[in-house]
Amino acid sequence: MTKVTLSLRLNGEPAETAFAPHKTLLEVLREDLALPGTKHGCELGECGACAVLVDGRPVLSCLYLGVEAEGRSVTTIEGLAEGPELHPLQRTFADLGAAQCGYCTPGILLVAKALLDRTPKPSRPQIKEALSGNLCRCTGYLQIFDAVEQAIVDMTAGGSGPSARGGDGGGR
Amino acid sequence: MNVVGKPRRRVDGRAKVTGQTRFADDLVLPRMLHARLARSHLPHAEIESIDAAAALAHPGVRLVLTGKDMPVAYGILPVSHDEHALCLDRVRFVGDPVALVVAVDEDAAAEGVERLRVEYRPLATVASPAEALATPSPRIHDYGDQGNIHKLVSMEFGDVATGFAAADEVFDDVFFFQGNTHLAIEQHASLAAVDPDGKLCVWSSTQTPHYLHRALTKVLGIPAAHIRVIATPNGGGFGGKSDPFNHEIAVCKAALVTGRPVKICLSREEVFYCHRGRHPVEMRLRTGVKRDGTITAMHLQTLLDGGAYGSYGVASTLYTGALQTVTYRIPTYRFDGCRTFTNKPPCGPKRGHGTPQPRFGQEAQLDKIACRLGIDPADLRLRQLVEPDSLTANFMRVGTIGLRECIEKVVAGSNWRARRGKLGFGRGLGLACSSYLCGAGLPIYWNDLPHSGVALKLDRSGGVTAFCGATEIGQGSDDVLALLVAEVLGIDPFDVRVVTGDTDLGPVDLGSYSSRVTLMMGNAAIQAAERARALIAAAVAEKLAVPPGRLVFADRRVFDAEDPARGTSFQDAVVLAEAAHGTLGTVGSYKPPTSAAKYKFGGVGPSPAYSYTAAVLEVEVDPDAGWVRVVKVWIGHDIGRALNPTLARGQVEGSVYMGLGEALMEESAFRRLPPKRSAALVHKFPSLLEYKSPTTLEMPDVETYLIENPDGAGPFGAKEVGQGPLLPIMPALANAVFDAVGVRIDEIPVTPEKVRKALDAQKQGGAGRHGPARFPDVPWPEPLRVPTPWEGGDGRASNEKPRKRDQQPHAPIAPEVVR
Repeated sequence: MTKVTLSLRLNGEPAETAFAPHKTLLEVLREDLALPGTKHGCELGECGACAVLVDGRPVLSCLYLGVEAEGRSVTTIEGLAEGPELHPLQRTFADLGAAQCGYCTPGILLVAKALLDRTPKPSRPQIKEALSGNLCRCTGYLQIFDAVEQAIVDMTAGGSGPSARGGDGGGR
Repeated sequence: MNVVGKPRRRVDGRAKVTGQTRFADDLVLPRMLHARLARSHLPHAEIESIDAAAALAHPGVRLVLTGKDMPVAYGILPVSHDEHALCLDRVRFVGDPVALVVAVDEDAAAEGVERLRVEYRPLATVASPAEALATPSPRIHDYGDQGNIHKLVSMEFGDVATGFAAADEVFDDVFFFQGNTHLAIEQHASLAAVDPDGKLCVWSSTQTPHYLHRALTKVLGIPAAHIRVIATPNGGGFGGKSDPFNHEIAVCKAALVTGRPVKICLSREEVFYCHRGRHPVEMRLRTGVKRDGTITAMHLQTLLDGGAYGSYGVASTLYTGALQTVTYRIPTYRFDGCRTFTNKPPCGPKRGHGTPQPRFGQEAQLDKIACRLGIDPADLRLRQLVEPDSLTANFMRVGTIGLRECIEKVVAGSNWRARRGKLGFGRGLGLACSSYLCGAGLPIYWNDLPHSGVALKLDRSGGVTAFCGATEIGQGSDDVLALLVAEVLGIDPFDVRVVTGDTDLGPVDLGSYSSRVTLMMGNAAIQAAERARALIAAAVAEKLAVPPGRLVFADRRVFDAEDPARGTSFQDAVVLAEAAHGTLGTVGSYKPPTSAAKYKFGGVGPSPAYSYTAAVLEVEVDPDAGWVRVVKVWIGHDIGRALNPTLARGQVEGSVYMGLGEALMEESAFRRLPPKRSAALVHKFPSLLEYKSPTTLEMPDVETYLIENPDGAGPFGAKEVGQGPLLPIMPALANAVFDAVGVRIDEIPVTPEKVRKALDAQKQGGAGRHGPARFPDVPWPEPLRVPTPWEGGDGRASNEKPRKRDQQPHAPIAPEVVR
C-alpha cells in the first residue's frame, strides 16, 4: 500500500513520518513515531485512553486519522512535562494517588490540561463533566478530582516547584 | 515509624504520570512479527478441518498454528486442566480460539485469519445452569462430577436441622447475581521471543507469572529453567489476567517456530471472550433466627454458571460458601454448591472471587430479617459479631475483627439512626457488611514451599535492590515492597530499587490474586530486611563500640539510641557491613500458618487474616423511571494498618466504584440467536460502547474510614484493602432502594427496569419484589459432616473416607497428573 507522509508539530518539535493512509493517529503515534505513552482501550472512542491534544483540543486519537494531523500541533503525554520538570497536574496525580495502574492516566492528564488551559479555575462539576469521557477502572475518580483541584491551587500559587506532598520522590 | 502510615507518592508514580510505564503492548523488538487469533463463531461444535493454505499464501503471513501444534492440556487449577492453547477438536463458546496467524503486521495477520477455512459440525448448546442440569449430554467436557455439572459439593457444619428447629422464624430467599467482567482498560497483550542465548522469554500482562511459567513448561515441554516470564505492569487486573491464556502460550510457540519475536494484543471484543469474570450465581439462602435476631442456622445453596472451561471454577464454587461464617456467629451451617458448564466464555475470579454473590444474598436477607423483627439493621449485626481469635463453624480462624468499629463509623457518619426510614419516599439509606481474605491460606499447587520470597542486594553505593516475583497490577505492590524494606532499614522508599514480576530475577511469589501480596510479600520483605539490618548493625556496633540492639535505623542513618549524634550514614553503614561480611544479600520468605480446616474442600477459605468492611449508601430513586442515583457512600474498612494511606484510600474508593458498577449496570449477558442463524449464544455487550460502566458523572462522594487495629499476622499489622471494600456495596444498594421506595430487588444489577417491575407489582397488590422465583433442582450429594469447634470437632469430617495425606507432596514445576 502506498504510504502517505505527514508533517506536524509534535510535542513542540517538528516531526515527519510516512504510513498507510488508513492508520489512526493513535497507531501513527505508537507505531510510526515511537510514542507508546498514548494508550488504546476500546477502538471506538468510548474509554478516552487514547486522548491527545490537537492544536490544544482533546481528540480521541483512535477515531482520528493520522493524515488529519497534517500541519497541526499534537501534544502527547511525552510532551506534558517541560524537560525534567513535571507539569503541576503530573505532580499532583503522582502525589495524590490519581494514577493506580496508570493506563488511563495519559489520556486523563491531557484532557485535564486542556480543561485548565481553557478554564483555569473549574468547579468540581466542571471537572467531572470534562473527564466524563475518560474511563478509569482503578481509582473511582475521586483522587483524580482531588489531584486536578490541587494542581489548580499549585498553579495559582505560581509554584512550579516540587510539591509539598509526597516523599522524597516528589517533584522529581 | 519511618515510612509506614505516611501518605506518600508511590514509588512508580512518576513513571505512570509521564507515560513511561511500559505495558506489554508498548514493547517493540527488532524483526517482531504480529499475531491474531482465529476464533470460533459457533458456541459448540466439532472442528472437522482447518485449511490454512490460502492464509499461508498471503505474502505477509509467516505461520499458522493450530491445536495439533500444542496438544497438551493446561489450566490454572491442577484439577481442571481442560484448556488447549488452540482448540484441538472442539470449540465450546463463541470466541474459542482455533488458530493463530502470524504475519509481518497486524493487518496481514487479520487478513490471514479471514482466509482460513474452518469446517465445523455444530453440537447442541447449553445456555444456562438450568439447561446444563437438564441436558447431561452432549457433555461440554468429558470430566466433571456428572453430565454438564463441573463441580458438586455439600458440607454441613453442626446439625442445621436442630438449628432451624431452635429458630423462632426461618427466612427463605432466592437471589440472583448476574455475571459481569473486569473491564481493565488495558487489553491483554503478550510478546514472546527467543533470547540471544536460546531460551524463551515472554512479556505479558499477567497477574500470575508463576502460573503462566508452569503452564508454558507443561505445554511446550521446555524445562522451566529455560523459560523466563516477565509480568509487565498490568493496566488493571481485577482477576481478569490471572489465568494462563491461549494467546500467551500460542505466541511463545510461534516465537519458537519462527525464531522471531511475536506479539499479540487482543481487541476489546476478544477481551470479553477471554472473560474469567464474575460467575452468574443463583442462590437460595435459608436462615433461622430467634426473635431477637440471633442466628441459629444457615443453609446456603449456590448454582454457578461456569461458562465453557474450568478456570478457577472449583475454587470459585467453594468461595461462594466459605466466608459466610466469618462476620456473624453462625452456630450451624450447611453449604451446597454446584458449578455447571455452559457454552459461554469461561467465568473465573473477579475482585472478591466467588464471595460477593452470596454476600449480597446474606446481607440483603439480614435487612429483611431486621425489618420483619423490628430491629435496626446495624444492631442486628452488632449483636452477633464473630469474636476475635476464634474459630468459625467451618473452621476459619479469625484473628482481629474490626467490624464493630467499621459499623459504628458508617452509622455515625451517615447519621443512620436519625435518618434511616425517615428520608421520605424516593430517598433511602442501606447498610451492609462483609469480610475478605488476606491471601489464600493454601497455594494452588499444594506443597511445602513459601508463597512469597524476597531477596535483597545491598552494596557500597548505599543502594538497596529488592527482588520479588510479585506483580504490579496498579494496586501498589511495588510501593509496598519498597516501603517495607525502607521502613526496616531507616531509608526512603525512593532509595530502594524494586525488581518484580520476573521469574528469572526474583524469588517466586504466587501472584497478585486473593489479596495476598501485602501480607505475604510484605512479611517476606520484612524478614529479608531484618536480616540485612542485623548484618549492618553488627558491623556498625563494632565500629561504634555499642551493643547492636541499641542502634537505630532512621533518616538514612544508623545511630546510637542513647546518643543520636554518634552514628554513620546508611551508606557508610553498608560499606562497614560489606567489609565485615563480604558481599551483602539476604532473603526472606513467607508461608501461611497451617489451616484448622482439615476436611475435604477445606482448602478454600482459610487465610492468615480477614479484613472487614461496613458501608452505608444513600440513594435517590425516581419511582417513575426506576432510576437509582447514589448520593453518597460511607465506608469503614478494617485494614489492620494502612501502610500508605494514599494508596489504601484509593483501593477503597476504587472498590466502591467497581461495586457500584456491579450494583447498578454491569452485566455479562448473552442471547441465543434464532436457529436459522446458528442458535449461537452470543455476548450481548462485547464492547465498551454497550457494556455500561460508571463514569465520573455517576461516581458519588465517598467518606472513607480506615480502621487501624494491627493484626499480628500482617506486616506491621496490615491487612488487605484491594477487594474487601467492594463486597458490601451491592447489598447496601439493594437495601437502600428498599428504604427509599419499599421494594426488594433480589437481583444484581439493580436496573431501572427491575425497580419499575417491583413497584408496578406492588401497586397491583403484589409483594413488591423483583428476583428469581425459585432455585433449580440440583442433585446434591450426601454432605460431608463436620462437627463444629463447639461440638469438639477437630476440623475433619466424620463421614469422610480417610485421605492418604492432608497435604500433597512437594510438586515441582513439571507436567502434572491432570484431573
